[in-house]
Order: sequence, then C-alpha cells, then structure tokens
Amino acid sequence: MRAAHFCASCGKVQPPQPADYFSFFGLPPKLTLDVTALEKDFYELSRRLHPDLSVRASAREREWSLEQSSLLNDAYRTLRDPIKRTQYLLRLEGVELEEQSKAATEQARATGEVKKQIVPPDLLEEVFELNMQLEELKMNKQVGDDDPSLAGEISKHKVALEAKYEQLLQELQSYWKEWDAAIDRNPAESAVAERTQIIGKMVDVLNRRNYIRNLVRDVNAALEE
Amino acid sequence: MTRSLIDSMSTEYIVGIDLGTTNSLVAFMQGDTPVVIPGDDGSNLVPSVVALDENSQPVIGNSARRYLIETPERAVYSIKRLMGRGVEDIQEELKLFPFRVAEDLQPGEVLRIKLGGKTFTPPEISALILRQLKRNAERYFGAPVTKAVITVPAYFNDAQRQATKDAGRIAGLEVLRLVNEPTAASLAYGLDKKQNGIIAVYDLGGGTFDISILKLHDGIFEVIATNGDTHLGGDDIDNLLITIALDDIRGDLGLDLRRNAEAVQAIRKSVIEAKIALSAQPSVKLDIDLPGGKRYQREITREQFEQLIQPIIDRTVGPCKQALKDANLKPEQIDEVVLVGGSTRIPKVRALVKEMFQREPHVDLNPDEVVALGAAVQANILGGGSEATQNMLLLDVTPLSLGIEVAGGVTDKIILRNSTIPASATQFYTTQVDGQANVAIHVLQGERELAKDCRSLARFDLKGIPPMAAGIPRVEVKFLIDANGILHVSAREQRSGKEAEIQVQPSYGLTDDQVENMILDSFDNAEEDFRRRQVIEARNETATILAALEKAKKSPAWAHLTSDEKKRIAKMEKALTAVNQEDDYQAIRKAIDALNQCTMRLAELMMDTAVSSALKGKNMDETDLGEGPTAPHPMAKAEFK
Repeated sequence: MRAAHFCASCGKVQPPQPADYFSFFGLPPKLTLDVTALEKDFYELSRRLHPDLSVRASAREREWSLEQSSLLNDAYRTLRDPIKRTQYLLRLEGVELEEQSKAATEQARATGEVKKQIVPPDLLEEVFELNMQLEELKMNKQVGDDDPSLAGEISKHKVALEAKYEQLLQELQSYWKEWDAAIDRNPAESAVAERTQIIGKMVDVLNRRNYIRNLVRDVNAALEE
Repeated sequence: MTRSLIDSMSTEYIVGIDLGTTNSLVAFMQGDTPVVIPGDDGSNLVPSVVALDENSQPVIGNSARRYLIETPERAVYSIKRLMGRGVEDIQEELKLFPFRVAEDLQPGEVLRIKLGGKTFTPPEISALILRQLKRNAERYFGAPVTKAVITVPAYFNDAQRQATKDAGRIAGLEVLRLVNEPTAASLAYGLDKKQNGIIAVYDLGGGTFDISILKLHDGIFEVIATNGDTHLGGDDIDNLLITIALDDIRGDLGLDLRRNAEAVQAIRKSVIEAKIALSAQPSVKLDIDLPGGKRYQREITREQFEQLIQPIIDRTVGPCKQALKDANLKPEQIDEVVLVGGSTRIPKVRALVKEMFQREPHVDLNPDEVVALGAAVQANILGGGSEATQNMLLLDVTPLSLGIEVAGGVTDKIILRNSTIPASATQFYTTQVDGQANVAIHVLQGERELAKDCRSLARFDLKGIPPMAAGIPRVEVKFLIDANGILHVSAREQRSGKEAEIQVQPSYGLTDDQVENMILDSFDNAEEDFRRRQVIEARNETATILAALEKAKKSPAWAHLTSDEKKRIAKMEKALTAVNQEDDYQAIRKAIDALNQCTMRLAELMMDTAVSSALKGKNMDETDLGEGPTAPHPMAKAEFK
C-alpha cells in the first residue's frame, strides 16, 4: 500500500490511483477501526505526500502531490469519524443517504412544501407530545404568556431524546460488528443478500439519529426564543 | 532527473515575508536560526506606508511617513485592509481611514484608490512594499531574490489570499507558499522550544486578529482550529483615540478638524506614540500643534485608556471561545499561549489573555518579528530543509466553510471550516433544459445559512457541456483548496468524459491578464529601467554559471567527458562571455540556456561522483570540489529526501 503512494526507493510522489478511502490506508472495508493507528498512518503519509515537500519539483509532481495529499486529508477526515465512516461505506455500497436527503430538501424548498420526515416508530408517542408542547409554547409566546413548567417539560423530553441519540450510536456499533463479521466470512462481492440486510439496519439507525438531531435542534431554538 | 549546472551551484535564497498592516519584514534562515534582514536605514521593520514623491516616484517605509503628515493625498497606510475587498464592503473603513476611492469605479470592479494623482489597486500598492523588501534582501545577499513565502492572516478569505499572491507576482516574486500568520509564529516558537504540546497563538496586529490552536508533536505543526476577525486591530484603538481627540478639540477649541487631513495625521501620530508609551508608563500627555497656532493638550492615564479600549479588545473573546469549542478543548488543556503582534504589548491585552487561558502568556519572542521569522523557517522547509528543519511539517486548515449557493438562496457547505488542507469535495450538476451547454455555480465562504450572508468567492460558468436532454448530463465538479488556502475548480462531464471549461469571475479580484499587465507597466519601471534590471539579473546568472563551470572543471567528473563534449562547452562558454558584455538580456539568457544544455551530463556526473565518494566513506571536503559557500554539498543533501 505504502509503496503505491510514493516510490519505495527514491521517495518521490507517484500519480494518485483511483482508490477508495479504505484502500488508500491499506484497510479492508470494515467499520471497526483503530483510530490511533489511523492517526499514526496519517502523520507518516503526510510527511511523505505534503505539497511542501515538492515545491521545487516538476509541475507534474506538484500536481500529484496536491491530489494525493487532498485525498489523504479527505480520507482521514472521513474515516476517523464513526458516522462519516459509516456514511462513506454506505455510499460505496450504493446508498446515497446524503444526496437523497439533499434532493428532498431542495425539492421541498423549490415547491415550498414542508419536507416529509418519517417519524421513527419507537418515538411516535414522545414526538407527538413534544410537538404539542412546542405548539403551546409558541402560542404562549405570541400572547406574552410564560409557563416555566412547560419549558421544564420540554427540557425533560429533550434530555430523553439526547439519551436515545447516544444509544443509537451504540446500536450502530453493534451493526458494525455484524458487517465486519460478514466481510470476514465472505469478502467476495457476491454475498449481497446478507450485506443488504445489514446495510438496511445501518441506514435505519442513521435516519433515526438524524431525525432526533434535527428535532433537538428545533427544540433548542424554540427554548431560546 | 535532470538538473542544470546552475541548480547545482546557486544558493537559492528563499525569503520569508511578513506583509503586515502596520509594518512589514523580510527574513531568512541563516544556518539554524531565522534572522530578519534590515533595510538600508538599519531598521528591521519597514512601515507599510507608501507615498509618491514630487516626481511620482514611490517612497516606501520610514521615509514615506512624513508624506502622511505633510501631503496626505500622496500617501497611504494600512492598505492590507483593502486587499481582496470590494467597494461595497469597505464603507466602514472609508469612514475611519483616509482611503480615497477612485471616482469612476464601477460596481464589481476591482477597488482602485487615488494616490498622488494616479490610481492603484491594493495589490499594486502592496507590491511596492514587497519590492522594497525584495531589494533589501538582494542588497543583503548581493544576489537576486525571486522566491518568497508570504504570510497572511489565518482568517483571510480566498479573495484576500489571491490578492496577496497577485501582489507578490507584481513585485517580481514567485510566491511559493502563503502561510497563516499564527502558524508561522508557532514555527518560530517550535523551532526555539522543541517541545510537544498544545499551543494557542493569539495574534493581534494592526488590522487583523487571529486565534489558532495547534498541536505540536515530533516536528509536526498541526492546526486544530482557527478563528479571528479581519477588521480588528491596533488601528481601531488608534481611531478611537483620534475620534476622542477630535471631539475634544471641537468642544474645547471650537475647531472642527475632521476634514483637515494634515491635522488628523498629526493627531494620529501623536495618539500612537501615546498608546505605546502607556504600555510602560502610568500616564502620558498629548501635546499637539494644531493649524492656526492653537495647541491641544490632554493627559491620559492608563486607567482611562484601558476603559476606552475594553470594548475593542473584548471583541477577541468570541473568536477565542469559538476556536476552543471547534477544537473540543478547554482552556486548561492549552499548554502555552504565544502572543503575536504589536498590540499584544498592551498590558490590558495581556491581562485579558491570561484570564481567558488561565495562564501567563509566553512573551519571550519579539511580537513584531516572530511572524517573519516563522515565514523564514517555512521558506527553509520548502527550499529542501536544513538540519534544523529536517523533521518539520506544517498541517494547516481552511478557516472558513466553503459552500455552493443552491435553490432558495441557501448555502450548501461542501468543505467545512477547520478541515486540514489540501482538501477537496466533489459535486454533481446536471442541466434543466434540453441542450443546455452552461451551468452557473456560485461559490461562497462563510458559516451562515443564507448565501447573501456569506462571502461571495467567485462565480463559475461551466461551459461546453455536450448537448443532451435535460437532466442527463452528469457534470462532476471538483473543488480543491490547496496548501495556500486558495480554491481551484475542475470539471468533467462524466458521460462524455469531456472536460468542461471553467470561466472564473473572481469577486473583487484581478484576472491573470490584469496581473500580467501590472508586472510589465509598474510605473517606476519605465521600459528602460525594466530592461536594465533584466540585464543586471541576466549578468548575475552568467557570473553564477561561469563560476560553477570553473569549479566543475576541477572536479573528477570533468575527466569523464568526451573531448567533443568539452569542445562544445568551451564554445558555449566563449559565446556567453562575449554576449555578456552587451546589453541584450534576451541574448544573454539564450547563451546561458545553451551552456546549461551542454553541461547537463556534467552536472549529473558531478552528482554521481559526489554520491559515490560519499558512499565510499569520504566526505564532501575530501572530494576536492572546491571550497567556499558555493560548494555543492548542501545541494547533494537536499536530493536525498
């Protein structure tokens, strides 16, 4: 892996090969990752690939160096964050979470409609109650009323949601183990059915997590007003 | 890899330059230590003041300062405040600074300001300062200087950075790298201390404020987060004091001097001296001669001064808190706070820093010089490094998020602030209409949600999309922020594989053509002057290559040449010596190239001989390659990275 980025004998930067972020670091496409080892690799590769080292080299070398180091930085930034890593892997597997979300948001903006959000089933009751309380809060503010106990209730819901948010990360990590085990068992691309199922579970967790994050953000905004 | 004989011999001086709002400096690495190169008046600091004398010749630095007071319309200061900005965003500046904007300025045009009957863009004025520093360095080395590292505030946006690079080019300097000022300061600090840890650099200069948090480990200087305010500095303190003085004078003496440029500048000079004195004395007396024979006298105590400036220095607190938040650190986790910039000499500022970071700030390094010294260290690293900088590497970040304007006037962030650079992001675009050949993209920098609240960086037109039905083309646009923090864009239509052409309209910037024209018609380089400088520079190169050849003839490699090769070299040498006497610099350069061409193998052989001697256990001194500072030993080392 290392030799591909720069020549093993003279140390000069090589042209970047099309690679995904995992193989850039010589890692298999698995989700559990030793972040400390990754960081160490990142620094070592930075020392070799940084554009500062090729300032006096040919234009071609400088261009390669620029591309390689931006790839290195992008890859490191993505892989070291658990959520970004998951999203990236999903993208490699053909699931365009972000693009889908952005497309939906843009369409909503263009048509003026409210973007459809699917409420996670286990949160239905909580969300329903919370939305009612937020409405009440808004109406109170309009007439100049202030109900401190209402704010207290809303805050309690918020705390419960934040706890769920943390739990979801742990749930995600359990699916990581499943995914990694599946890769170990059968690295071939052909094990589609098994992988698709695990992918589905991870997508679901990320969606639920996003939903909660957006809701908490809205609650914070409402409480601050 | 081919090298030329000149490469093998010339000690290339790459300098580090601090192009400051108030003062500018040039420095370089002398052995293990960075040193500032003084001007011909012996001072290390060159005030960033530019004037045009009675003959429209530029005057820069200390000698330009008297023009500020005597003929203010012939002088300008703090030009850095205008770099990379449009006339719409400098309205506040215009109220507080005597910048005279050209009357015929069109909206969207690059800013031009009036100076001594002519108009100049900010990069051109900065170029005059840079040229002065370049000449100071050339005088010091006795050799041409064409490459530099220039520092910029970490919080400078893309347009401001481009403007700085343009200024370098106009001044005849190849800007190898733009380095962020706090990062540069950390290099100077790190070189000095050689310790691992987390440091915060608090940089309050004449016009800009930066706070950067870095992790230093094993020679790697890694920026974790950076924040700042590009319109906050010592100038604001000065302006506050000037306003108070003017109000006083109007109240006490019934004189409204706000439109009297000379009087304002005299007051400015006086309040600056007072401000500086108050860092050491508990009180100071203003005593200014006013027009009409009147005098303005007032005592200011340090308490009064501190009360007055509190709101200004309090503006540094927000960015510091945000930087810590972005870095996910608490003040206790910072090992050292380094102070940079003249304004950090103010005791109240030091007290504020101490309170924010819960520790005494590090004040060993000269706050005026530390940025230039750090730039010199980076220049050294880029030039191949020396023993002192062998293991040093800078990992900097982009200070502002990069976004694209999407439907609804909203910013879609594609590269987040504090991402390590170089960094990239890829976006896909398609067409709305059948056969559509162009797509317009608006790129922004900033953290706000709405495009109109962010800084417009540039508008790109993707042209040449092959005709297809609407929604079918898939144009892949790659946004790349390079190591200078400057954006590059490339695009490819995926289905056809065709490279889409990108036309950039830089907001507030100069096009390449405009910069080219400025290099050639710099007003103090009339055709003749320019030509004369070219001849001098060409002759310098001739001297270098002929000296290199003399040494080469004494080296063991010379024996390996065929007699034909030796004859050719002799012929080219003779031709060069002849044409060197004449005034045609293009002919001299041609002759230099010809000699370089026929000595390429010789240069290679000299490298090999050096290598095999080294491998045999001999050192460079023993291989009789000549003595003195031009011996190729340092170059040989640089090859083996």
